[in-house]
Amino acid sequence: MTIGVLGLQGGFEEHTKMLKRIGVNSFEIRDSSHLNREMDGLIIPGGESTVMGRLLHSRNLFGFLKDMISEGLPVFGTCAGLILLAHDIEGQESPHLGTLPISVQRNGYGRQLGSFHSYQTFAGLGRIPMRFIRAPYITSCGCNVRPLANHEGRIVAAESDTCLVTAFHPELTEDPRVHAYFIHKIDPAFSLTSEELPDSARWNLSSA
Amino acid sequence: MNTEQYELNKNLAQMLKGGVIMDVTTVEQARIAEDAGACAVMALERIPADIRAAGGVSRMSDPAMIRSIQEAVSIPVMAKVRIGHFTEAQILEAIEIDYIDESEVLSPADDVYHINKRAFRVPFVCGARDLGEALRRISEGASMIRTKGEPGTGDIIQAVRHMRGLQHEIRHVHGLREDELYQVAKDLQVPFDLLAEVAEKGALPVVNFAAGGIATPADAALMMQLGAEGVFVGSGIFKSGDPVKRSRAIVEAVTGYQDPILLARLSENLGEAMVGINEQEIALLMAERGV
Repeated sequence: MTIGVLGLQGGFEEHTKMLKRIGVNSFEIRDSSHLNREMDGLIIPGGESTVMGRLLHSRNLFGFLKDMISEGLPVFGTCAGLILLAHDIEGQESPHLGTLPISVQRNGYGRQLGSFHSYQTFAGLGRIPMRFIRAPYITSCGCNVRPLANHEGRIVAAESDTCLVTAFHPELTEDPRVHAYFIHKIDPAFSLTSEELPDSARWNLSSA
Repeated sequence: MNTEQYELNKNLAQMLKGGVIMDVTTVEQARIAEDAGACAVMALERIPADIRAAGGVSRMSDPAMIRSIQEAVSIPVMAKVRIGHFTEAQILEAIEIDYIDESEVLSPADDVYHINKRAFRVPFVCGARDLGEALRRISEGASMIRTKGEPGTGDIIQAVRHMRGLQHEIRHVHGLREDELYQVAKDLQVPFDLLAEVAEKGALPVVNFAAGGIATPADAALMMQLGAEGVFVGSGIFKSGDPVKRSRAIVEAVTGYQDPILLARLSENLGEAMVGINEQEIALLMAERGV
């Protein structure tokens, strides 16, 4: 199992560390030459979506990644990654990769003073820590997209068969369950060992 | 400030990593910066090169001007306050700035005390020349650090000196025994717990950017190779011949800092760089403010 992590800008290192913790190999993708490596899935990290959107084009990654995701490459986007994958961005004419039929509101909770931490229920995982940093939220889910978590009535996580998105940052917490959930989507045989689980949640993915 | 807010503020800096924060003085410049791929903008009335040229007292910018930039762009907006001027910081918190830079570029308001940044919910970034300054600022509540460099000069030497010095000290303490750390904490005049954290991780507990004198894509890539996690560019962009092209090139250089072939292409035909001032030619060393 090897995951490519988009390494253009933002919190990509936090994702590679979390993957390492649960025994999954990863490598950074900074230009199109890095796409020659085999990967079972892709993570698009948090950061600024406008920056990554621009660099996807200038680093000649946009077309390749869009095709790979459209053809079924499993992908997990957090925060800015969610925005890059969304088909519609409120108040904006065109999306970025736009492969997931959801609408999102950028900076949905306002500026940095609106950033917050919360514990909410994530479908199949129970209560997990969620860190929202100038976060977006999902305003609607289209065909074949299932909401996975809510915060005060707003959708903050969703999935399709091959895509997982969260408005919050599981990579900034000590809880690896959302990453494990993504790996489990790719390989149903994957599960966390009880040592890898946070103390608050001795929970086994294979029993979900 | 509670611990939770402090963690959220450190997290925002983590999301800026690998990015370029650009000084802008107008709404138009802010839009150019966002289009070019800036991960945040620093709203200020005069860029450091002009502050240096004008002399006199330099203060926090007009909140109306900062607000107009907040409305014009979707990326985080930062602004500067004078060292020790906690009322300017209260004003910027009131207009919901995303990050405050307690900056030596402005005229210091207090020659003894820095702002007690723990008294605020809004995040602060501070300049540091070495590990002692960095940990003192973090101890006061800064959730991000940048090198001081020498702003408004286009001369990279001070940013290099500060980044190299800081990284050298971090590598040094990383190898020390705990009993030795007590002595280093005393020498550096920093809290032992913060120093112990640096020694254990081999890194600062907060994100560390380079700032001061960055004028070219090569300057930006140099700072990244020396261990910066992103860069601030002040006068280097809007004091140059072609700000659009130069700002895009610096953004790409920060992502592709390990790729000399890319850096060669990015460095081509950028037009005139900002006119530099050598370190020896300046009468006022801003980096010496606020130790």
